[in-house]
Amino acid sequence: MPDKPRLSREQIAERAAQELPDGAYVNLGWGIPNLIANYLPQGITVYFHSENGILGMGARAKPGEEDYDVVDAMKVPVTLLPGASFFHQSDAHLMTRGGHLDVAVMGGLQVAENGDLANWKVPGQKGSGGIGGAMDIATGARKLIICMEHNTKEGAPKVVKKLTYPLTGLACVKTIVTDLAVIDITPGGMVLREVAPGWTPEEVQRHTEARLTVRGRVPEMRLGA
Amino acid sequence: MKQKIYPTLDAAVADIPDGAAIMFGGFGGAGFPNNLIQALARKGTRNITAISNNCGTNEGELSQLFKTGQIKHMIASFPGPRSVYFQEQFAKGQVTVELNPQGILCERMRSAASGVYGFYTAVGVGTEVAIGKEERVINGRRVILEMPLAADYALIKAEKADGLGNLVYRKAARNFNPIMAMAAKTTIVEVEEIVPVGALDPEVIVTPSIFVHRIVQAKGIRYAG
Repeated sequence: MPDKPRLSREQIAERAAQELPDGAYVNLGWGIPNLIANYLPQGITVYFHSENGILGMGARAKPGEEDYDVVDAMKVPVTLLPGASFFHQSDAHLMTRGGHLDVAVMGGLQVAENGDLANWKVPGQKGSGGIGGAMDIATGARKLIICMEHNTKEGAPKVVKKLTYPLTGLACVKTIVTDLAVIDITPGGMVLREVAPGWTPEEVQRHTEARLTVRGRVPEMRLGA
Repeated sequence: MKQKIYPTLDAAVADIPDGAAIMFGGFGGAGFPNNLIQALARKGTRNITAISNNCGTNEGELSQLFKTGQIKHMIASFPGPRSVYFQEQFAKGQVTVELNPQGILCERMRSAASGVYGFYTAVGVGTEVAIGKEERVINGRRVILEMPLAADYALIKAEKADGLGNLVYRKAARNFNPIMAMAAKTTIVEVEEIVPVGALDPEVIVTPSIFVHRIVQAKGIRYAG
């Protein structure tokens, strides 16, 4: 039987955006997290940090208005909000490592039951690989949220008991937002907070290797507000 | 008075010997000392240990020195998806690479610059980058020892210098440049404009002149992609 529909990448970003508190200083990583800025709930202002030395990034620059000295960590020309600031890379990472960012949102390859994260390298990949800011940000953010598909293209679970991919950071993930679920990582293990519309906790568990604790009725994610 | 302003790019790099350890500023296409890199390619210095966030973009940035086989060892954070010449030589074993988490790469330089002989960090604990490093527990957290990283030369890019070598940068083109300026024995800067001593407001100088040894004016080069 084919699976029920899952969230799109945009919908994962939309749901993750609801996790950002008003006034937060936030770093967004590559992939799905980079879409989050488009889905901030009304009335919420957050300040986006980029590890190349920008605080207060706005939207992407419009075609023809790009300034290639104002790029995000993905090399995309961006705009600045009033009150933005520039600083060097070392201060940018003092912010990431030193616990100054309220929230960081990153993509993930695997997250383990205890919050261990793998997201920088695929085993056996060709070439040199690269770490970038992933380890600094994962280790230092006050709250780390991972946005990813719940399963690989082949259907393997990415929410696992123990990592089989190379480690990025130990016990650093607080919340996972996937195309099937919102999961919190607590000292007592993984707690299933929400499920995708139309999915049951049992169905989500079947696509998950780690054990998910269910406390009472698990609500569906609210999207398209 | 000793003159820091050099008449040409070639003169500014003329004494860089084979085997030198050289830092190169820049991130995401911004703030690369591309004129000085081209001058170093013309000079033909070989067996370089290069320290930079990434390893070139298509034909640009450090690709100019990988293309000519001048770099033997690379210390980087994120070689990058378009570091084509580097990846080719890495695959053939012609160049070796040491990957550092981006903020740790910065902090190792700052450590060397500030007379601090290494530091402990939680970044990288349990990962590939921790292999061979001393580990201990501080304030209840597992941390590893990272060592200072200095260089013989730093090639950097700034927006303006005065004749003493006080520097200001442009927007996010600042990135690694001020840190590298502090961590090298000899710092060589290319700038868009040289202004008279006293013309820069002391309140806004980012790199004080003590860190800058050679200044050369050149219109910045930016590579597409």
